[in-house]
Amino acid sequence: MSLLRLDDLSLAIHGKPILSGVAFDIAGGEIFGLVGESGSGKSMTALAVMGLLPSGATTSGRAEFMGRDLLTLPERALTGLRGNEIGMIFQEPMTALNPMKTIGDQVAETLLIHRAASRAEARDVAREKLARVGLPEDRFPLSRYPHELSGGQRQRVAIAMAIALRPKLLIADEPTTALDVTTQAQILDLLKGLTGDEGMALMLITHDLAVVAGMAARVAVMQNGRIVEQGATETLFRTRTQDYTRRLFAASAHQPQRRAQTRPETLLSVEGAVREYILPRPSPFAKPPVLRAVDGVSLTIRRGESLGLVGESGCGKSTLTRAILGLDPIQGGTIRLDGQEVTPGHTMPHDLRAKMQVVFQDPYGSFNPRHRVERLVAEPFHLTGQPKDARDRVAAALEEVGLSPADMGKYIHEFSGGQRQRIAIARALIIRPDLIVLDEAVSALDVRVRAQVLDLLARLQESHGLAYLFISHDLSVVRSITDRVLVMKAGRIVEEGATEAVFARPEHPYTQRLIAATPVIPAAWQDSA
Amino acid sequence: MRVAFFLGLILSLAALIAALVSLVWTPYDVTALSIADKLKPPSPAHWLGTDHFGRDIASMLMAGARTSIAVALVAVGIGVGLGVPLGLLAAANRGGLVDEVVMRGNDLIFAFPSLVIAILITAVFGPSATNAIIAIGIFNIPVFARVTRGGALSLWTLDFIRAAEVAGKGRTRISAEHILPNILNLLIVQGTIQFSLGILAEAGLSYVGLGAQPPTPSWGRMLAEAQTMVTLAPHVAIFPGLAIVLTVLGLNLLGDGLRDHLDPRLRRAG
Amino acid sequence: MTRYLFRRLISLALSLVVASLVIFAVIEVVPGDPASYMLGLNAKPETVAALKDQLGLNAPAPVRYLNWITGMVQGDFGLSYTYKTPVSQLVIQRLAVSLPLALYALALAVLVAFPAGLMAAARRGKVADAAVMGATQVGIALPNFWFAMLLVLAFALHWQIFPAGGFPGWDQGLWPGLRALTLPAIALALPQAAILARVLRSALIETLGQDYIRTARAKGLTGGQTLLRHGLRNALIPVLTIMGMQFSFLLAGAIIIENVFYLPGLGRLIFQAITQRDLIVVESVVMILVFAVILVTFLVDLAYAAIDPRLRKRA
Repeated sequence: MSLLRLDDLSLAIHGKPILSGVAFDIAGGEIFGLVGESGSGKSMTALAVMGLLPSGATTSGRAEFMGRDLLTLPERALTGLRGNEIGMIFQEPMTALNPMKTIGDQVAETLLIHRAASRAEARDVAREKLARVGLPEDRFPLSRYPHELSGGQRQRVAIAMAIALRPKLLIADEPTTALDVTTQAQILDLLKGLTGDEGMALMLITHDLAVVAGMAARVAVMQNGRIVEQGATETLFRTRTQDYTRRLFAASAHQPQRRAQTRPETLLSVEGAVREYILPRPSPFAKPPVLRAVDGVSLTIRRGESLGLVGESGCGKSTLTRAILGLDPIQGGTIRLDGQEVTPGHTMPHDLRAKMQVVFQDPYGSFNPRHRVERLVAEPFHLTGQPKDARDRVAAALEEVGLSPADMGKYIHEFSGGQRQRIAIARALIIRPDLIVLDEAVSALDVRVRAQVLDLLARLQESHGLAYLFISHDLSVVRSITDRVLVMKAGRIVEEGATEAVFARPEHPYTQRLIAATPVIPAAWQDSA
Repeated sequence: MRVAFFLGLILSLAALIAALVSLVWTPYDVTALSIADKLKPPSPAHWLGTDHFGRDIASMLMAGARTSIAVALVAVGIGVGLGVPLGLLAAANRGGLVDEVVMRGNDLIFAFPSLVIAILITAVFGPSATNAIIAIGIFNIPVFARVTRGGALSLWTLDFIRAAEVAGKGRTRISAEHILPNILNLLIVQGTIQFSLGILAEAGLSYVGLGAQPPTPSWGRMLAEAQTMVTLAPHVAIFPGLAIVLTVLGLNLLGDGLRDHLDPRLRRAG
Repeated sequence: MTRYLFRRLISLALSLVVASLVIFAVIEVVPGDPASYMLGLNAKPETVAALKDQLGLNAPAPVRYLNWITGMVQGDFGLSYTYKTPVSQLVIQRLAVSLPLALYALALAVLVAFPAGLMAAARRGKVADAAVMGATQVGIALPNFWFAMLLVLAFALHWQIFPAGGFPGWDQGLWPGLRALTLPAIALALPQAAILARVLRSALIETLGQDYIRTARAKGLTGGQTLLRHGLRNALIPVLTIMGMQFSFLLAGAIIIENVFYLPGLGRLIFQAITQRDLIVVESVVMILVFAVILVTFLVDLAYAAIDPRLRKRA
């Protein structure tokens, strides 16, 4: 008998349909993957099971958990189940814990709220569970507060809270999406180990096919609130009977068509760059400690070259990027663009700035919401002086990135995430720079949109002879779009080389760890269809 | 919610129209004394009755609206005119010396409630409506500086500001072109709040004699004069108070409505 | 923690110094000659000279400022020109009325605002929420002195439950004193309670949208448990900020309310001093009011640290 059985589950919020006819089973102790792009309804499915839907939600169908229909259970019965029989963890570990309470109290609360233990016993269980998730008391006392822990450690606390009462089902909604790749691997290992040890079923929600491939025995693919296809993971991945699954699959392994076009002249050279931050004094009279975010980094980009810069969060790549863009000063070394020194702020001449533009990660924060697209794309003309044919050039740039000149009159909120990144590329392109810095430029996009934007980037590079500095935490993306790659760790470049060579034969132990931690779909599954 | 907004709009407009009309016409002359008619309850001749000098209360309320609105408006103008640039400046230099100086200056002004400022000014220069304006206006500066800085700080972290910097634009230009238009909503909402607080503060200052002086008509002073005859003729104390409550209530409802309407977060959800 | 405390203390001291400079400048430097100002236009030159001498106004301004400050630190606020008694003595008598009044009002405001704010947040969008919000809109719009007049009309003149004004003194016992302060305290408290309730409600609603609230619900807490155990403490920071600012409003408001009820507090003292042009009293009382506000701000900062572990840090 199945542990959780969804049968024709439909959901509408304020009359707007979100889910329709969702049906699947999860057996006790199994790992079940639910994959789909953003907006496919996978998180809402989980919240429906938890009985935590937003107000205005109406459901139909059945969601049976151990024979009881969760959709019709009264709230009292649901609170008895939540945290007790069904646990759940969420995507964003930085905000998932109450900042005002110690981690010990937060784990113990699960037991206390269900009256499963006395105060003292609950603390003992909290201690034991925190140790189980990799936070032993000698290094992580129960009295720690969330802000004293890293993102991965906080996600471990969230897991300890969710499993404190040994629930029969754990729902994990994108549990590793906000984490670095090596941390992701550890958390996934932990989740896998827990299902084995505790005989608990896991419903793993993710957008990442590779994560599911390595974890789940069975998988369901969701799109637009429906289950497109479901079955045993390996069979489903090998056969890909549905068109949508095939496209999703193709997009996540997509390699844009590109030809190396590197020319010998150096475009950007960074030599021994050092960027330091002064930290707050530990006591009123102590010398303030200094953090070296960038510690003697040297790199060069040639004309027409695509250089990748990979590293985990906090490695200093964003700080380095800001210095290269001439936004922050450096405390040592030099940065030269086309032979001229890059200096911060207004000290950098406009004609030098005009040789370099940037595309950022966040498709929502990258544009002034009060300006029309025409003005947004034309902003870099500030560096060159407004040409007479500015309007035509904006129109041409929009066409070049696959949009229509008619979009000029619209505001940014009228566009999707992928379209916004295209507009950001048009803005970078408008003054014909030699170098475009792509700072996690495709990281916020769904796989299919990401594949299209990568194709666009490859095409533009070839037609304009552009050089790219491609900064990302995502190794597979860097592998598909760069000629050479640098690996950065703790402010230093630890490995450098031709992209294929580095990925095929990483030399530095850190690069090896990064590559080993990156989830992949087994090569054997890929070519059978 | 819409009902509340329109109620607020109607009440605010009513106060504004009464003030504007009083410039050219009031039912009776507000300075004409008529002891024979003193303390008359509301009647067809005097809708809201008369005060202890036989003056028509309705006429005095209309003229008083003028004082209240003028004082509050100029005080908001002082707050916006000085506070907004200071807030923008502080945010553009966030974490720097200028920011620190502006913020500490703010804290300092916050330590002087507007009544205390009015007391200080009056003690030296004597009472007047101008004192009220200055006292309320000074207190408005840090309010607007804080709102501006807070709104601007969250904008400065966004990537479109980075993009403008990469396009070679300086801090002043970015503040004017990208920051200010995006915090306008905040400022409009805060402006209505400060406007209504200004009316309350003007009434309070005039009530204790630190604001508008005779013959300038003022709601607060009408209440002060009414205090001794509350038992004889309650209407003398009731109507000016109601005028204040309804005007302030109207402005607050208007501000709330504007916030709900202008807040992009709320609009997206709707 | 020590670092935080240290920084706050420094900022407290700096604010006091600057505030005292401002007050000194406005009272003693801006009018040119404070002595002739105090005595009025018709004063004889000899009297002015005598007063100047008595007040020590012949010394240069920086010296006078230092004398004033060192005097205050030692509890010497000078001699009132009209009352011919030490200002410190006057202030202590008057504080015995004003301080209890402000605290009484603050307690009332909290007592009304917390249940109202919690209920509105817990039932947001429902009838109870709309009722609380409507009532608070009216409360905010009420001028406290007018509200005080209405209270007097109703509870003192009509029903005669509370006195209409005056203060019997604490030596008459606690109850008569509290009785005399009840109507003033209500008049002060209700408009502030309205503001506080609204701030608490919106802070709670904001907090209830946070991820950790969802986490708590996923643990099996009910909506009410989540509100009290996880919502309230996180919502306290903005509420505390407002309470700190309200204390200064209550002090200032008390100055006005004391006039409605003829209470012998600091407010009455300062208005009498203004009419009698007794600058010495004005200067000192203003300094004490400002000191109180700055001190409360400091206490609020300490309360932040007590509530929020992120501010405490490891010492």
